[in-house]
This record gives sequence, structure tokens and C-alpha cells, in this order.
Amino acid sequence: MATQPSSDLTRRTAAQLAEALRAGEVTSVEVTQAHLDRIAAVDGAVHAFLHVCAEEALATAREVDARRAAGEELHPLAGVPIAVKDVVVTKGLPTTAGSKILEGWVPPYDATLVERLRAAGLPILGKTNMDEFAMGSSTEHSAYGNTHNPWDLDRIPGGSGGGSAAALAAYEAPLAIGTDTGGSIRQPGAVTGTVGVKPTYGGVSRYGLIALASSLDQAGPVTRTVLDSALLHEVIGGHDPRDATSLPEDLPGLVAAARAGQGGDLTGVRVGVVDELNGEGYQPGVRARFEESLELLRGAGAEVVHVSCPHFGHALAAYYLILPSEASSNLAKFDGMRFGLRVEPTEGTVTAERVMAATRGQGFGDEVKRRIILGTYALSAGYYDAYYGSAQKVRTLIQQDFAAAFEQADVLVSPTAPTTAFKLGEKLDDPLAMYLNDVATIPANLAGVPGMSLPNGLSDDGLPVGFQILAPARADDRLYRVGAALETLLEREWGGPLLNRAPELATEGTTR
Amino acid sequence: MSTTTPPLVDYDDALARFDPVIGIEVHVELGTATKMFDGASTEFGAEPNTQVTPVSLGLPGALPALNGKAVESAIKIGLALNCEIAELCRFARKNYFYPDVPKNFQTSQYDEPIAFDGWIDIELDDGEVVRVEIERAHMEEDAGKNTHVGGATGRIHGAEYSLVDYNRAGIPLVEIVTRPITGVGERAPEVARAYVQTLRDIFRALDVSEARMERGNVRADVNVSLRATPEAPLGTRTETKNVNSFRSVERAVRHEISRQAGVLDAGRTVTQETRHWHEDTGVTTAGRVKSDAEDYRYFPEPDLVPVAPSRAWVEEIRATLPEMPVARRRRLQTEWGYADAEMRDVVNAGAIELIEATVAAGAAPAAARKWWMGELARTAKTEGVELADLPVTPEQIGQLQQLVDAGRVNDKLARQVLSGVLAGEGSPEEVVTARGLEVVSDDGALVAAVDEALAAQPDVVEKIRGGNQGPIGAIIGAVMKATRGQADAGRVREIVLERVQQG
Amino acid sequence: MSTISREEVARLAGLARIDLTESELTRLAGELDVIVDSVAKVSEIATDDVAATSHPLPLTNVFRADVPEEPLPVADALAGAPSAEGGRFAVPQILEED
Repeated sequence: MATQPSSDLTRRTAAQLAEALRAGEVTSVEVTQAHLDRIAAVDGAVHAFLHVCAEEALATAREVDARRAAGEELHPLAGVPIAVKDVVVTKGLPTTAGSKILEGWVPPYDATLVERLRAAGLPILGKTNMDEFAMGSSTEHSAYGNTHNPWDLDRIPGGSGGGSAAALAAYEAPLAIGTDTGGSIRQPGAVTGTVGVKPTYGGVSRYGLIALASSLDQAGPVTRTVLDSALLHEVIGGHDPRDATSLPEDLPGLVAAARAGQGGDLTGVRVGVVDELNGEGYQPGVRARFEESLELLRGAGAEVVHVSCPHFGHALAAYYLILPSEASSNLAKFDGMRFGLRVEPTEGTVTAERVMAATRGQGFGDEVKRRIILGTYALSAGYYDAYYGSAQKVRTLIQQDFAAAFEQADVLVSPTAPTTAFKLGEKLDDPLAMYLNDVATIPANLAGVPGMSLPNGLSDDGLPVGFQILAPARADDRLYRVGAALETLLEREWGGPLLNRAPELATEGTTR
Repeated sequence: MSTTTPPLVDYDDALARFDPVIGIEVHVELGTATKMFDGASTEFGAEPNTQVTPVSLGLPGALPALNGKAVESAIKIGLALNCEIAELCRFARKNYFYPDVPKNFQTSQYDEPIAFDGWIDIELDDGEVVRVEIERAHMEEDAGKNTHVGGATGRIHGAEYSLVDYNRAGIPLVEIVTRPITGVGERAPEVARAYVQTLRDIFRALDVSEARMERGNVRADVNVSLRATPEAPLGTRTETKNVNSFRSVERAVRHEISRQAGVLDAGRTVTQETRHWHEDTGVTTAGRVKSDAEDYRYFPEPDLVPVAPSRAWVEEIRATLPEMPVARRRRLQTEWGYADAEMRDVVNAGAIELIEATVAAGAAPAAARKWWMGELARTAKTEGVELADLPVTPEQIGQLQQLVDAGRVNDKLARQVLSGVLAGEGSPEEVVTARGLEVVSDDGALVAAVDEALAAQPDVVEKIRGGNQGPIGAIIGAVMKATRGQADAGRVREIVLERVQQG
Repeated sequence: MSTISREEVARLAGLARIDLTESELTRLAGELDVIVDSVAKVSEIATDDVAATSHPLPLTNVFRADVPEEPLPVADALAGAPSAEGGRFAVPQILEED
């Protein structure tokens, strides 16, 4: 494969592509076309994309090449193509959030982060598959079919952002955008052997993200390396007046932190192991890799301490009250009146009320209905205090746990997910078992703190495992420093990226 | 529906046996340039859906961004109504499905209003002052507008479909809620009307809204309940929605008192419900009972952060508050020396600002009132326009009165000057010059005219000499006619008496 | 312990404006029962002395200047509408007056 130029380009990191583009070794059109070719070759099997916009991507690439040729000062990532999760609104490109209810909808505006991608000159390759409205941990709740894990096509790619993670793992894109409400960037990263970062809440504008749970949602980078995440994070992050919850401060230096971390020295850094996020329910292989990574961190000079976050045991319960409650309200706008699907009742009078109910009955999938009903219940008169109100209090306790833990440690660490990728269909009929995938990632969303997952090895089943790093709010730079250091140390041991050990995907025209 | 509607009870009869309690919710559309949560324009009368953004259309992904000016206006209203201003308050989502609510929730304030625990004194027509207690004033957003198509009656029922315009969706509103107003007895309808009127005046004085009733800038919901005696617990109330003129507020309360008295007299209980006011027939009818039973599932709006007005900011805003209408009215009445009835007429004619400006332009208060409530009021009535819309400025009236005061024109001439000004012929001075309307102040000319008139009516001279002053008027009339009205009648009278005595 | 009956699910579906089939009602009642049982434990530690957190980070007073921005072109506003007429969104008859 390495002899084919296009294949070679798709194997490079975004940072390497950016450098090659800057140096004039390749054009953006070549890079973009290489990825489009790769998508054409493998996406039939992976199904990471819901929509591929080759023409638009190549047009952007040509424009960037022309500007570069004219000697213009360009953004460092200009010309490096990117895939965007389908929950992000893109002007002129279909946006469905994985739902039938938005089939065919073409937004008339861009999300702020998309505006920033376009302004920086990143060609958008297409929109990636996801669990419907980001509700899920396996991408099996997409209304448009499963995405398959490139490590084993019979397994889930994680979720909700399985499409973005799989696109990276299958070399269909060098960069992607994900969103993370309870782990939807980090958990797919873990099970596909890729890197994903959930920034501090408010660090990346939510304007134009189709909201799942407003107080938990955060968009972030999905990449193959820590440095690539830092590069992308700096493009999309920073204050946005259209999002009232957007942080007013400038981002800390993320790329600089990643480059500093690549030196592999963590002298003086205190790393806190969250005891509640490692133990019962975590696969032995997951725990073994975690312990080995801790050893590497110690070896790099970090001081590893144990911290306790006693209320994390209630995080999942609080999350599954807050999320459905907010979602039940956020998803009310999908009613067949102004955009998207409209379904008329098969019998009886056609009234707005009945059309709304019929549209939502047919347009939403099972998981969405389940969570909307749950959220409606949690907010309804007489139950609010016991459910939603209590969950908000648990949130306070979890924030207090984090505050205390960050007194003792600069970053907190845990396995990203308790297990490696499970088989497609395995947990589809057991919502609670599915929800448990996010047990380690959810506390960060409840507290608004940033988190990263990076691959730290293969479990006993030969599937990738993820290592989670959490930092205090606004200290996203710590993720990059520690993450880049660990990545460097791991790759030194492995002799290259973990993804090199993934099986080659059959390309179109060959059989697998 | 086999039960018949009980007959209305005569209003006085109802009041003889029941004590009415009212409560009023007023919504005012703020006069900000943009909407509550997005930068779409709020200008009135635009083409449908030309003043929308992804936010006010409720498109997927859109987020609200709070208009700081709207918050300031809400604080102004709260302070003018003597309210406490919250140290910290949040928005909440009120969840209900309706096509003119683009997100299918209204962003409002629920248990954390920006202003609360206030009061306002209102003045009734006879000068009685009633204090109305304010429970809260909170911020929220308006809904879009449905136009119902295809129904024979144009009412919602029977319409085949509706067309929705979201230009109004998201326009900032402040809702002001009173505590129950008790102890006003038969004056309840008048209190309700005066309260809404007072708020309208306050909104204008604060410059937070154009407060035009006919555009729906100010909308009132009136709650009415009856109880047997003032000591009895509150009765079941009805809420009559969207009563949108002062007169209707008064009529709706009056009607509900009569209607509820009828229901209670028939031995039935009043149903707690929303009712609709029918302007044409002057009655209220029950609204459709909602199946959702008002379970709005309120929760704090996660897309907006709390509003925490600093005390310094609140005091800064307080310092900019203008004098409130009732206080101002009392001050001006004293300054101008008007009788209560005179002041009331001025207020009702909406002439306070006009008279104030006229006085400022140099006219005596009595003279200013005479112009605006007399000649100009008649002209406005004839033309069918508001006083303020007449093509004359208070400054011009001030100039005109100065001409009168200087003796340069008499009352009759002054009216001619005014008609010239109204006809667009220029300032009073210019009209006087152009039309040659100045009083004949040359005694020689007047003496000649008097002599001529006296000579024409010798018998009159005798009568006057004999002590009968009555016929003087005929002489003055003749002189005025001869001078085409440009004589000072008082001076003419003096000259007549002089000449008769001399002769 | 059954906390969510089939009738309760039907009521909630009405509030949430979602038509559910008979089999969906039955299935959801069972599933929600299990989920609610498992999440109800939040009330165990949510004591009166704990404040509620509605926003993950404590920002206040984020205001926008009252300056008009470009509206969406009408064609764009209506482009995704299932039905439109004369610059407005056409919706089925509205039975429920507000």
C-alpha cells in the first residue's frame, strides 16, 4: 500500500500534511482527492459517512492551492481536509443528526465551528454517521445504518460519534469533528484506537450543534495524534458571542503544550488515578494497559497519586436524568412544521397537533423516544424535585469531587471505557448495559471539565483500549502536555502508532 | 352541554351581594431594535418572515444570545414599579407545543423574575388614588403570528390550515403581574382600566416601548373572582386573555362580574379557566380546555447564563428614571393651578406634554389650556386626528399667545392666525403679516369708524346717554365690521363711551 | 416495583407529542421502569443542604448589544419548510387555541 501515493497521503497525520502543503510538496487537491479515493474504496464496508461532498471539498482545495500559489499567508491547517459529524450544521450540506426526521434537510447557515473551518481553508469531505441525535454509545441508533469498526467490521465503532472515529481509524480523513455529551468523542476514540478531546465546556462554540443536552454538549477534535487534536482545537475553539455559555477567555496554548509534551518529560506533574473509575466492571485487559501506562508516566517523572471521587458512583444516574430532560425540550422543535419530515396521520382529521405527533412518532427512533419520554417524566409536575432537581444537586457534588481531586493532582486519569468494542447488536436490547459504556466519561461532562482519550494499547482480544486524561476547567493545555508525552512514550515502545497494527481493510474490488 | 348558561346579573345587583377581586397581567413589547435573543429587527409592519434568523426561527443548532438593552428596560420597569431587583435570576423554558412557538418552548422566567414585590399608585377619574401591589415583572419572548385560512368564519375553528409568520417571534416582552386587588368594590372595572392606562403611561415615560395598544404592544389578561364578603377566602377566578384596549379592560371586568354572579346565583361554581374576550359583543367565552393540563415542565434554560445585575448598575439605572406620570401630573397641576376637572380633561385628551411645551414657549398655563382644550380640540375632533398630530407645534401656540398678550391680535384674529398656521402658511408672525391680521391700534382710525357708526344710528347715542349701555354692542359690531374685525373690541368700547360723553 | 404504568407512558407521550404504537407503549413502560429505578438513587444523596447546579461553569451577565444583524433571506428561511405560501409557513389547522 505504501507505494501508492494516495495511500501514502492518507496515512500521514494532519501535522505532516500541513507541513507538506506548506512546503509545496503536495497540493490540497491531491490530499483531498486521496482521501476521497480512500472513502470510495473502504466506506462501503465501514460506512463512516452519511454524505460525501467531493465537489465542494475539491473546490475548497483548489481555492486554497490558488491562494497558496499566490503567496498568501494561510492558516497552518489550510488545505488539510476534514470530516464533520452530522450533528453539526453545515450551510448547503445535508445535515440529519442521524435521524429520519431531518432527512433531506439542508441548513441555511453554518455552525460557528464550521465557519472557522471554512475560514481556515479546511476542505470538508463530508458528514459522518452517528447515533440519532447523538443518543448512544455504538452508532447503532443511527437511522441510516451501522458504522463498522475498522479493527473488526463486526464490532461497534463506539458512539455517538462512531462515524468520525471510524473515518480516522480507516484513514478516510486526517481530521474530524466530534461532539461529546457523555463521552461521544472519547469513547469512540478508545474503541477505534484514535485520539479524541472534549474541551472545557464553553471552550468551543455550541452555536450550530444540534443540541442534545445543552449543559453537557461540547464539540471537539477527533484525530490520530495528540498534536493533530491540538492543531484542530485551536482552529475551532475560542469565544463566540452567539453562544452565551462560550468562555470569554482566550484558549491556553494547546499546540505549544502538545509539542512540549512530545519531549516525554513529565517531571513534577501530579497524576491522580480516580479509584472509582477503575475496578469492577472494567475488562482485565483494559486495566492491565492502564497500569502499564501509569508506569510509563512514572518513568517520565510524573508523580502518580490516588484520589477518591466518592460521588462519581451517582454520575451515571444524574446524567440519565439531566440529559433526557434537556433533550426532551431541545428536540421539541422537530415537529414537521418549519423544516424536515412531515407525516400526516393515516386517519382522522389533519390538525397541527396530530401531524406533530405523527411526525415525531415516525421520525424518531426507539432510543430517542425512550429518552424523550424519560425526560418528559423527569421534568413533569410532581417529579421535578425528585429527579431533575436531585440530579442537579448530584452535579454539584461531582464538581466538588473534582475540585478536591484537583487539589491533589494536576490531571486525573482513568481508562476511557470499561471494555473494548463489543459486537454489533450485542447490547442493543439492553439500554442500561449500553449506558454503562459511558461510566468513566460522564463525570467530565457533568462538571464541564476537559477530557482526552488516546490509545494506550490492545486488550487481550486484540482490540484497542483508551486512556482518559481529565484536567480542570480551562486547563485543556494540561491534557495536551500529558497526552503527548504518553503518546510519545507508548509509540517508542510500539515502534509506531497503534493503528499500524490494525488489519488492512479490503478496498473496493477486492473481497474480504 | 345540556346545561344552559345562567343569565347575567345586573352589575349593581351583583356588587350588592358579591365582593370582586381582580388581578391583571400586562405584557409589554419592549421597543428594542432587536429581538430578545437574536439580532433580527423588531420593526413593525415588515413582510412575513423577513425579520428572522436561525434563532428566532428555532432552527436546529441555533442558540439564544440575550439582548442587554432588554434587560436594562426590564430593570427600568421594575424600578418604576417600586420593585426589588433580583440579585441573580435565570431564564427558564416553558415547554408546550404550538406552531407559533418555533422551539416549542417559550424562553421565559419562572420562579426567578428579574423584579418582584413592588407597587404603583394609580389615579381614578375622580382623583382617588389606589395602590396596586405588583407581585413580579419578568422577561420573556413573544410568539409568531398565525393567520387562519380556509375557515368560513375566520376563527380558528373550522380553518383548514394556518400560515405562520415568525417576525414577532422572539420580540422581547416584560410581563407584569399584580397581586390580587381587593377592596375596590364596584370600582374594580375602573381600577383595572386605570391600572393598564397607568402602565402604558409609565412605559412611554420610561421610553421602553411605544406602548401602542392598537399594535398589541401592550396586552392585558384580566383575572376576576367573586366572594360573598370581603372577609371570605378568594373565590375561583377566570382569566380573560388578550384584552387589548383600555375600554375593553373595563368592560371585560364588568362583564365577568355580572357573569360570575349569574353562575353563583344559579347555585353553580365558577370554573377556573381561560376565557376569550369578544370586542364586538362585549362578552367572554370559555377557551378550549387543554389536555396537557398546564404541565409546562419548566426548567432552567441551560443555553443562557444567569442575569446578576450589580447593585451599582441598578442604581445607575435608577438615577436615569424620569418622574413617574402620576407624580408628574400632580406637580404640573399645582404649578399650573388647574382645577381637578380641568386637569382630568387635559390628561384624558393626552394634552399634558403639549401644554407643558406651550407653557415653556411663553404662554400662561390657563391660556395654553384654553388653546389646546378649546379651539385645537375642536379642530382635532373635526379632523378625526389626535391633538399631537395637528400640524401645529406647542411653540407656535406659545408665539400666538404672546401676540395676544401683547395686544397685537385679539381673540378673533388669533383664531384666524391659528387657522393660517394649521393651513401651513407658516409661523403665527408670518400669518399675521401675510394675511394682514394685526389689530387696528391707530386710535384716529378707530375714532373715525366709531363716529361713522354713531352717526348712522343717532337713536343709539341717546339711549347710551340715558344710561342704557345695551346698544353699545351694536356700535362695536358695526365698528368691527368696518375694520374687518381687526379692532380691539375693548378699545372700541372705550372710544364709544368717550365720544358719546363728548358729543 | 412498578413506577411507570402503560397509562403513564401514554400521558407522557401526549405531553411530548409522540404517537406511540400499542407495542411501543408496552415496551417503553417496561424499559422506563427499569431505568427510572436505577436513576432514582440520585435522591439518596441530594440532600437539602446541597445547591443545584444548572450550568457547568458559573458565568453571569452575558449580554448582546442591541444592534440588528442581517436576517435570513426569506427564501432560505422557507427552503426547508414542508409547506409554505406567500412567504409564510403553511401548517395544518390548529385546533387548540392558546
